[in-house]
Amino acid sequence: MRNKVTTKASGDRTDAITMDLMPRPFGRLGHIWVAVLLIICAIGLYFYIEQIRYGLGITAMRDYSTWGIYIANFVFFVAISLVGSLMSAILKLSGAHWRTPLTRISEIIAVASILFAALVIVVDMGRPDRFMNVLLHARIQSPITWDVIVISTYLVISLLLLYLPLIPDLAILRDHHKDGSKWQHNLYKVLALGWSHHPEQEKILRRSEQILAILIIPVAFGIHTVTSWLFATTLRPGWDSNNFGPYFISGAFMVGAGGVIAAMYIFRKAYSLDNYLTDKHFDYMGKLLVLLSLVYLYFNINEYFVPAYKMKAAESAHLKQLFFGSYSPLFWSVQIFGMVIPILVLMFRRGRKPFPMFVIAIMVIVGAWFKRFLIVIPTLSHPFIPMTRVPESWQHYMPTFKEWWITGSTLAGALLIITFLSRLFPIIPIAETIEHEEAARKGKPILD
Amino acid sequence: MKPTVQHNDRREFLKKGLGIAAVASSVTVLHAFQTDSVEITGEMVKLLSPEGEIVEIDKGFLKPIPEVHISPEAAREGIPNRRFVMVIDLARCKNLRKCHDACEKMHHCGPDNEFLKVLKMQDTKLAAPYWQPTMCFHCDEPPCVKVCPVDATYKREDGIVLIDTDRCIGCRFCMVACPYSARTFDWSEPKFPLEVAHQHYSPETSVPAKMGTVSKCDFCPDMTRKGEMPHCVSACPNGVFYFGDEYEDAVSNGEETVRLSELLRDRAGYRYLEDMGTKPRVYYLPPANRSFPFEDDEFTKNKGHEHEK
Repeated sequence: MRNKVTTKASGDRTDAITMDLMPRPFGRLGHIWVAVLLIICAIGLYFYIEQIRYGLGITAMRDYSTWGIYIANFVFFVAISLVGSLMSAILKLSGAHWRTPLTRISEIIAVASILFAALVIVVDMGRPDRFMNVLLHARIQSPITWDVIVISTYLVISLLLLYLPLIPDLAILRDHHKDGSKWQHNLYKVLALGWSHHPEQEKILRRSEQILAILIIPVAFGIHTVTSWLFATTLRPGWDSNNFGPYFISGAFMVGAGGVIAAMYIFRKAYSLDNYLTDKHFDYMGKLLVLLSLVYLYFNINEYFVPAYKMKAAESAHLKQLFFGSYSPLFWSVQIFGMVIPILVLMFRRGRKPFPMFVIAIMVIVGAWFKRFLIVIPTLSHPFIPMTRVPESWQHYMPTFKEWWITGSTLAGALLIITFLSRLFPIIPIAETIEHEEAARKGKPILD
Repeated sequence: MKPTVQHNDRREFLKKGLGIAAVASSVTVLHAFQTDSVEITGEMVKLLSPEGEIVEIDKGFLKPIPEVHISPEAAREGIPNRRFVMVIDLARCKNLRKCHDACEKMHHCGPDNEFLKVLKMQDTKLAAPYWQPTMCFHCDEPPCVKVCPVDATYKREDGIVLIDTDRCIGCRFCMVACPYSARTFDWSEPKFPLEVAHQHYSPETSVPAKMGTVSKCDFCPDMTRKGEMPHCVSACPNGVFYFGDEYEDAVSNGEETVRLSELLRDRAGYRYLEDMGTKPRVYYLPPANRSFPFEDDEFTKNKGHEHEK
């Protein structure tokens, strides 16, 4: 039974868990963190308004490098959002119960990043004022239309996967959260939908979660496959690859796992959750990340080695630029620090301790962002018809300061959403934690 | 002599009398026998009739064609019973860039938004370099049209691929989809003289361009509607560009009108990057038996080759 808060024998323990996992007000560090993120976002918004007034000319994108870091950032957000389906669906269906304290963190990351993926695409549009054309004049032949459909579907399912397991927690907050403000209490009350921990309610909820967990897997594969098709459906060397769908999905699961590990570490530190996010969780996540990284390594070998073996004329300029040319320092850094070293370190038990894991997770995330850069940008500098008689700046895309800032502010915005959600709602599911503990004590199987 | 050049006569007109464009002033067409509004001036002009006779008529009979504004909706239809095609004779190009300049002038597109480029190409190290004008190839399997999410760029019945910049959302997917880099984007507010900025926008002229949207070579359908040649074709003094109608199997460079099929057969015409499967409507004739020896221009002298395979 999910959450019998009043069971006498376990009452004290239940209260302790509830107290431990209640959302808490920001401390001093929390306030500084929020303030810094808000300032970054405000300046980013100012630059974006400038971009609306003066056009995308404020970026370094030009006719050849026509997609830049906005698109790379979009791919990054879509990638990291896949963590929701990994933790809430794939691990759930495979019966990995240790995932319980990580599900909410993952869903929050998923929702925040998929929201910002959608936003970043609007930022990249030359005419955001005509956004409605995407719906009014939608053409089903275009991969962009597929992306719109599949991203909005994924957003809805992710929101449900965040919200449904939250309902019992919201009821607990409604009944036990004392020191919050009135609007906060009302919010819990409204969102709890009159939840009374009734077995019938729990049955419906469990069933809904099960359906959503199954539904989200094809949609999750869909969003990142379709995103890879934005590139793979073109004829350009570097993008014209049948490997792109699985290559993108495996990379997405990898960076998603990295994102959860980083968030776990920070929440554990910030809210002293050592009893809930234990070393065991880090160990399991580390093993999972190794597996996902190895899969990604496999697709990387397919993606780069096979065309490099053939060296078709059109591909060779692109590959040589990555391997030995102007992008080679970035390319090799990303491959080594963002993939190879994480694999090697996490293979060892000592590498799967929280702090080394945190460092590795940051390397994976940063590497993943620049990997998206390397997927999107170098290809465009090798058009079939030579790029000539254009200014030097057109030939070597280097994002402008404002472009970097706008991109950075979308990342800050996603962090802000994660921060606010974790301020409002329990970052570790209270009801499920109690339920699992009771089941363990009584030696009953865990219903998941 | 036919009294008027009407819609149905265009085929005949293009086939036999493309030379007329050189004789008739660019905004006039015959309005003979509509005497009610004609003032006889007594001043006579010589014209070449579609039958090839030189005739003389009073200047009062010459009437400017009213400028028909083709709206974005009307532009989607295309010109009926036409299939426009271009052939570029690389053996005749000596990089005079008159085509480029005329295009830039008429489309007000400026050096950052070139619709037409003339590039130095060299297929292999041992082969001699040559000059190649490139533009939108108006492909029959256009990858740009395929990917457009809002139907802002479309393929017309007459073979032309156009852009409706009133609908374009500026996602630039068409630009990355085009293997020929034919498309250009207005990254900032384009600057025009006042009279251009106030023109009625038409996809057939691509003027005035709008910030945040894509534009490209449009094959000048506004000119073909008038029975005239695209600007690049009429600007080239060396007859590099042949333009015409695939249905009629005739193309002309302004000086001579030839059978399209014969020209492509006899001169081994080809299409650029045929293996892309895009089926361009622009053909090239190889740079064999050239009219001019290759000469570097100032740009390529400094930069070396523009293209090495």
